[in-house]
Formats: sequence, C-alpha cells, structure tokens
Amino acid sequence: MCLAIPGKVVELYEENGLPMGLIDFAGTRNSACLSYTPEAELGQYVLVHAGFALQTLNEEEAAASLAELSRLSAFMEADAAADDPTDGS
Amino acid sequence: MSDPRPDFSDMSCPLPILDHDTIQLAHGAGGRLSADLIDKLILPRFSSYELDQLEDQAVLDLPAGKLAFSTDTFVVSPLFFPGGDIGDLAINGTVNDVAMSGAEVIALSVGLVLEEGLPMADLHRILCSMETAARTAGVRIVTGDTKVVGRGSCDGIFINTSGVGVVPTGLNLSAASLKPGDRILLSGTLADHGMAVMTVREGLSFRSTVSSDTAALNGLIRRMLDVCPEIRTLRDPTRGGAATTLNEFAAASQVGIKLDGDSLPVRPDVMGACEILGIDPLYVANEGKLIAGVPAEAAEAVLAAMKDHPLGKEAVVMGEVVSDHPGRVTLRTGLGAERIVDMPVGEQLPRIC
Amino acid sequence: MKHLSEYRDAGLAKALLAKIARTVTRPWVIMEICGGQTHSIMRHGLDQLLPPEITLVHGPGCPVCVTPLETIDRALVIAERPEVIFTSFGDMLRVPGSRDDLFRVKSRGGDVRMVYSPLEAVKLARENPDREVVFLAVGFETTAPGNAMAVKAAQREGLTNFSEIVSHVLVPPAMDAILSSPTNRVQGFLAAGHVCAIMGWSDYERLADKYQVPIVPTGFEPVDILEGILKTVQLLENGDPSVVNTYLRAVAKDGNPNARKVTDEVYTVCDRKWRGIGTLPGSGWRLRDELAAFDAEQKFQVNEIVTEEPEVCIAGEILQGLKKPHDCPAFGTECTPMNPLGATMVSSEGACAAYHKYNRGDLT
Repeated sequence: MCLAIPGKVVELYEENGLPMGLIDFAGTRNSACLSYTPEAELGQYVLVHAGFALQTLNEEEAAASLAELSRLSAFMEADAAADDPTDGS
Repeated sequence: MSDPRPDFSDMSCPLPILDHDTIQLAHGAGGRLSADLIDKLILPRFSSYELDQLEDQAVLDLPAGKLAFSTDTFVVSPLFFPGGDIGDLAINGTVNDVAMSGAEVIALSVGLVLEEGLPMADLHRILCSMETAARTAGVRIVTGDTKVVGRGSCDGIFINTSGVGVVPTGLNLSAASLKPGDRILLSGTLADHGMAVMTVREGLSFRSTVSSDTAALNGLIRRMLDVCPEIRTLRDPTRGGAATTLNEFAAASQVGIKLDGDSLPVRPDVMGACEILGIDPLYVANEGKLIAGVPAEAAEAVLAAMKDHPLGKEAVVMGEVVSDHPGRVTLRTGLGAERIVDMPVGEQLPRIC
Repeated sequence: MKHLSEYRDAGLAKALLAKIARTVTRPWVIMEICGGQTHSIMRHGLDQLLPPEITLVHGPGCPVCVTPLETIDRALVIAERPEVIFTSFGDMLRVPGSRDDLFRVKSRGGDVRMVYSPLEAVKLARENPDREVVFLAVGFETTAPGNAMAVKAAQREGLTNFSEIVSHVLVPPAMDAILSSPTNRVQGFLAAGHVCAIMGWSDYERLADKYQVPIVPTGFEPVDILEGILKTVQLLENGDPSVVNTYLRAVAKDGNPNARKVTDEVYTVCDRKWRGIGTLPGSGWRLRDELAAFDAEQKFQVNEIVTEEPEVCIAGEILQGLKKPHDCPAFGTECTPMNPLGATMVSSEGACAAYHKYNRGDLT
C-alpha cells in the first residue's frame, strides 16, 4: 500500500507555512511536503508518497546492503561455475 | 511553478488584428465576423491551391493506386502541453493514421469547433502549429469548416482532421498478416506524450521536462518501406499505449507476441514520472512513434533505416511473433519470468498503493 | 533511477533466488500484506521464479480494495452535491459502490477531481471559498500522516470549507485477525516497508511473539522482496519467530516519530469495517472528536447510510490469503477488471486484478 519513490531534494522553500522541497526523480520534478523530514538537506534523497516525504534515505545502509548483495552475487556465480554441490549458506 | 505553455515571445507569426479578442457566437453565423475570422486568421495559415479556390469542396488530382482515407477528432485538454498543442496532434495524428497504410499522404481537411470565449491568441497559436506541422509533413490542407458553439459546449476547441493518401500498387499492409518468426520493431521511447499531458493536468502539477513526442511519421515510413516493401503492418500506439496496439496485432493475426522487457526504451524523466504515479509506460499514449511487424530476415535492415532517420534514432527490436498463445502478448521480465501484457481497462490512473 | 534501479538488477535477483532455493528444505506459506508488493511480485514474475516449496499469498494490503462499500456510497452522495468539489486519489475513482462510482458521478455533472496529494485538496479549498472541498482520506499508516497534515493545514489557515471522509486502516489488527483465524495457514509475513517507515516495527514484535511467526519488514523492488523472502525463509528454517528488518535504507526501529505524533493529534483509533472481511476492532483511524468540523460524514449527515456487502465473490478469502484468484469460479469470466464483482478485482492493486493483468494461470 504504499507507492513511495526515492527522489533528490533540489530546492527547499516554504509554502503556506509548510516546509516544502522540489524533488527530482530522474529529471521529472515534483514538490513534496517536508514536514516529516525536517532534517532533509539539498542533495539528499527522500522517499515521497502522495506529495509527502516520509523518510530521508539512509545512504550508508543502502550502500552497505548493495555491497552485501554484490558479494552474495559474486559468491553464487563462482559457486555455480565451480558446480559445487555443498550448501554455501 | 513554471507555465507549461510554450513560449511564443519570439514567434515569427504575429497575431492579425481583429475586432474581438475572443471568439463570439457571431463568428460562426456566416456574416461579416465569420468572413473576417476565416480571411484574416484561418486562411493565411492554410493556404493551398485548392483552399484558395474557396469552393465548397476540393477537387484533387491523385496518382494511381488505392485511396487511403482516415479521420480523427481531437479533444485533448489542456490545449497546450509541453512539446506541442492540440493543433500539432490534429495534423500529425491524421497524417500518421493515413501513412500507416504505406500511403503517400496528400491532403487533409480541417473542421474546427470553437467555444464561445476562446481567446483569439490561443486559436492563432494553434493554427500556427497546424501550419508548421502540415508543412513539415509535406501535406496540404485543402478544405475545411468552422463552427462556433456556446460557452461550455466544448473544451475551448475541438478539431477534426480527415486525410487522404494513395497506397502505391503492390503494398498491402495489414494487422492480420503477422507470421510466427516476424520481428516487432518500435521506433523510439515510450510514454512521452501521455506523461507530458498528465504532468500538467490539474491536481498533478509537476515541474517536469517531459515533452510530447508529437510528430508526422510519413517520412520515416517511406524510408522503411523503401528498404522493405514486405513490411507486414504499421500502427502508431496512441491511446492505450503500445500494449493496446500489440494486443490488437495479436488478435488480428491470431498469433502470440513475446516482448523483451529489457529492450523497451523509456526516457529517464518519463520513467521518473511513471514511477511517481505508479503508471506502466506500456499503457501510455505516444504521438510520434510507430510499431512495425517485419519479416525476420529484413528486421536488421529496417532497423538500420529507422535509426538513420531523425524520428527513429532510438528504434529497437521490442519483440517477436510466435505461434504460442495466439491472441496474447507476453513480456519476459528482466529476471527471466514471463508475464502477460493485457489490454488496459480504461484510463491509466495514478495510484497510491 | 538512483535508489530504485539498483534493486531491479537481474544479477542480484538471481543470486537471491539461488540462495533461497538452497536454504529452503520444506514447504512454507508466506504472506505479503501490501498491494504495492503484490503488484511488484506479479509485474516482475517473482512468484514464477521462487522454488515450489514457497507459497506466496497476498494479504489485504490494498486500502482501495478494503474500503467498505458503505464509505463509497457515502462518498458518492456527498460528491453529487452541487456545492461540493470532491477530491480523491486516482485509484479510488473507479471503485464501485452499491450502484455507482465516482467516475459516473463526474459524468453526470458532479465536480469530482483527482489529486496526487491531500495538500492539493486544501489548496482547492483555499482558492474556492464558496465551495465545499471534501477529500476521501483512505490509506494505511503510510498515507495517514499526509492526510493528517492536510487537516492541520486547513485548521491553521482557518478554512471552514475543507473536510475529509476518513477511512484509514491499520496493518497489525489485520495480521492479528489473519493469524488468529482457525483456518490460518500463513507461517511468515513480509511486513509492508513503507508502513514500517512511519510506524517502525515494535508492533510486529508483539505479534511475532504471540503467534510465533517471523515478520520481516520488506521493500518493494524485486531485490528488496527477494531479500525479505530469503530472511523469512531463513527464520522459518531456524524456527526463529523474530522480527528482522531487511528494508534498511528506509526503515528504522522507531519509524518516523514526528509523523506519528502529528497523525495522533488528528486521528484516533476506532473499529473499522474491511470490505470482504468484516469489522475488525481497533483496526482503523478516525478524526478526533475535537476535529469534527473537518469530518465530512458528520458535516453532510451521511452517517445513516449503511450498506451490507453482497455475497457474490470470494474476495474476503483472497484478502485473508485463504484462496487465490484462480480458485474463484468467476475469475476471468464473470469477474474481470472491466466488470469487477469484488474489491480485489476493482483496484489495480488487488490480488485478482494483478493476477488478471499479469498471469491468468494459462501461460505455457
């Protein structure tokens, strides 16, 4: 239930008393209310759902997860290539 | 928020001076005001030999071959969107419909229904777009009609265009002629037009770079047919997107079509807009793209010819025709699974879920 | 797109699939409780690629599907009023009520407008002081904070012409209902990542402990979902009924406390009817009494409208993960997206609609 897409904060402004951001999604830009991500800075990524930023993305965790996955991928490939019958989990 | 309407400050087509700055009911009544509108605003944009005769009809001298004839009515709202306006769509749309038969497109008619209160400046901009589009496509506007309806009876302006062309002898394109083994070619990026219009809809005010791809494809088609007269079929995936066109092909030819999910070209900003709204680019309208069914042995040559043309630079082989699952279109996902590409149910709506 | 495309990488997905296949030693039934996750699974064909030991069932995670018939009927009555500008998220426009839907009301002259954000509805109220703007506030815990902020904004600006029809639903009570059912066969859950981004995962620890099932906060892209499934399978294989977060870039244990605080100022817990399931106690949010001025159902006096669900389809059993769309005799024949009989076919996020669109079960 929750289509929330990551985008980059490219502008910060205020509108009708609410903190807003202009968020860039691969070139398409849309505004989002930043009331729930007051810490969001220019250049940071936020998750946007129905015009609201829900969270700033934790880039460290993202990088760590992807690195972990890449390691797994390399391992599984090497494993498959070696045709190793033992369980590697 | 920036104004999505195109910037006309450097337009070389200045608005003629008329007594009113909006359309009045009297402009459709046949009297002096009607004559003024037609003489000063409309005729100068569409001047052609036939039109200038000011007869009730255009009499055309056509080359030998079968007559291709198409009509379409354009009611898009908003009238102006990034990359074009209703005038561009009206000319390019009908040129394309006629050209998909392989015909050389010769002439168009234009029927205008104007809403009382439509600003003259808006009408003029639209007419200028039509003039440019027709000239670019190499077609003449040879006859037309103008009516005015009361406020609220239409959305500013409705435009009907009908077009005629001549199909050279020997060409016989048909959606029913696809055969297993044929390749499906796509001339460029998906979903540009539909997302350009959606992003300026009220309630979805994006600041977007997404621009309509409206374009006349008759030149590209000519190039393709020169290389391969045996092209099975051509269609432009407008309302309902590529998914609709492909399902129509599969049904007409009673074949299956398998798409390669990895090969579908979508501009990054269009992808961004689709992701935000939860919309699938396969279901979004295109106004300057075509899908071709081509015999396997000619696919490479046709693709090369497309890529050589400005409107086909990003052409790809998007799939192939198979004998499995006749009437159904499937897609192989990036992960290697196969899923159905169904006909859309109604308009694509943004989702929150 | 950054932070999105990486999680669609075929290489990473294949590695995860291989690892899942190696880890699993016996059959497991796992439920994902989010329409967005259902959609992603079907769209990328993940269910076809998982080892046969894993059965994925789709829970009631589509707020559009579970919005009760009665709420739609009340919304339609309000939308027909000439002074009302009725606003809604796009996917609610097609949901049928007993006799009608918002699209048809619009074609009959009702002023029904789609909005992407509830703040656009507030803007309409600001710009149209002589009209009543009503917003159909549906959604899970992910959407409620935005809908709450709309009320706050209207209140702060002193707008008297803005109100909401509130029909928020909460995930933990639904999971509780599913797990406590005597016919339950779900052994592990993928928790909805964006709900968790707001709520954190403490609620799920209580459930995991009570029912001894692993619950894994999971994201939405193919790699995210496979990571969630892998973790769930690992926990199941080890007999470990824990809550382990795999959506690390978006979910923290405490979620978004600020969003919860504001939501709590505007909404309060209530019993809620779920279309196809029935009333679940404490499973919804409604406007607080002191904010009654923003409650459209009171303002327009539609509280008397009560509708019972028709007995036509098995959407209820599908929403609870007891049956799959293909189990329904009407699936694809009488009941299609063009002519939906129940909630799960109506919404593009519903399990039946997703199945119909992507996998009719007859692909060779």
